[in-house]
Amino acid sequence: MSTKHLVSIKDYTKEDILRVLQEAEEFEKNPNQRLLEGKVVATLFFEPSTRTRLSFETAVNRLGGRIIGFSDASTTSSSKGETLKDTIKMVSNYADLIIMRHHLEGAARYASEISDVPIVNAGDGANQHPSQTMLDLYSIYKTQGTLDNLTITMVGDLKFGRTVHSLLIALAHFKPTFHFVAPKLLAMPEEYINFCKKRNIPYYEHEDFTTEVINQTDILYMTRVQRERFTDIMEYEKVKNVYILNNAMLDKSKETLRVLHPLPRVNEISTDVDDNPKAYYFEQARNGVFARQAIICDVLGIV
Amino acid sequence: MFLRNDLRLLDFMNMKKELWVTALQNGTVIDHIPPEHLFEVVSILGLHKESVGITIGQNLASSKCGKKGIIKIADRFFEKDQINRIALIAPNVKLNVIRNYEVCEKIYIELPDELVDIARCPNPKCITNNEPMTTRFKVLSREESKFKCRYCRRVIEKDDLKLL
Ligand SMILES: [Zn+2]
Repeated sequence: MSTKHLVSIKDYTKEDILRVLQEAEEFEKNPNQRLLEGKVVATLFFEPSTRTRLSFETAVNRLGGRIIGFSDASTTSSSKGETLKDTIKMVSNYADLIIMRHHLEGAARYASEISDVPIVNAGDGANQHPSQTMLDLYSIYKTQGTLDNLTITMVGDLKFGRTVHSLLIALAHFKPTFHFVAPKLLAMPEEYINFCKKRNIPYYEHEDFTTEVINQTDILYMTRVQRERFTDIMEYEKVKNVYILNNAMLDKSKETLRVLHPLPRVNEISTDVDDNPKAYYFEQARNGVFARQAIICDVLGIV
Repeated sequence: MFLRNDLRLLDFMNMKKELWVTALQNGTVIDHIPPEHLFEVVSILGLHKESVGITIGQNLASSKCGKKGIIKIADRFFEKDQINRIALIAPNVKLNVIRNYEVCEKIYIELPDELVDIARCPNPKCITNNEPMTTRFKVLSREESKFKCRYCRRVIEKDDLKLL
């Protein structure tokens, strides 16, 4: 049997995704289960990310596992020039599972090829971040009761936002309709537009963020428009306030609409939305722990 | 360094092509190589490390494409995988397999499904450019020459791939 990894959401079939979501549901009902008793999990954060690391480490702790690792590569031998291969080889001798984050794209794929124990990718540069996608899917599944036939509106930076790309690919299994709301400079890349075309997935591109689009939507997925993406600061000034969601814009939206955001947010969701029952981004982050418990057990073949 | 054994063929430029080709008893003739890629082909196939007789002709007249390069390797036969490695730079190359002075097989090369350790990823943030490791590109489209890095997942045009 080959070792199971989660490097990219594309490694998971529709059935895999549904199985993990059902496991996540079980962990939400009963978060403390000592399924990792006697197991050692390594969290290797070559690139620091406190939010993601705490979520994974909470998941491991709730499962009764022990943790080794580092939260910043500057304190490890990789800063002394050790190759990724050597680090992974060494750690896979010690741990039953490796959760890793790296600033270089493809680092997790490569690690999965040399590791004897499962690798879970906790982000590799601009490339993949599959546990984020799984928690997004779980949030959608939980709030809508299904993943099928939903209208998903993605807003903001659709060019560089890896979370929207992975989510788009994962949702393709479930007959979605997409609305892409972004400035021209940050529009959904051709690769993903072609992906939709090939699969006959209906999609609509908009430059304006209007209530007309919001009112058709089941899931409003907001992202940050980051200043550093713009070479021309004038361009940034033009678009930075166009993609802001405020409470009044949700007035005529569906009762079941939920607003998601991968966090951290800056100003793209006004704080007056926070108390609206349709705001879901804080619960979304909480779902991350359950989704990660499910991912960990799934790659280890537990339950 | 390439013109080792067949000194008698050094004046092949003056000879007829057919004569030059049939002078090989057993081996392989790689024909129709674009002259600008001749030495890359030598390097990709590792011919500079071979101890067999190798003759290289450059800027020969070609009926098809003006000028061409040609490589003749004695007593050496290539597996299809090995030869397909050169498809990226020289897609119209033809191989003649020679046995007992006769062309017994003609092989037209094709791009393999995956380019393994042939090219470098143009993405500086790709793990392959920061770690001593094998590069791998999936061939997405032969017609448009599009490739996808197995690691960083970037879609890359042929002109952006640098040969290793
Ligand atoms: Zn790459």
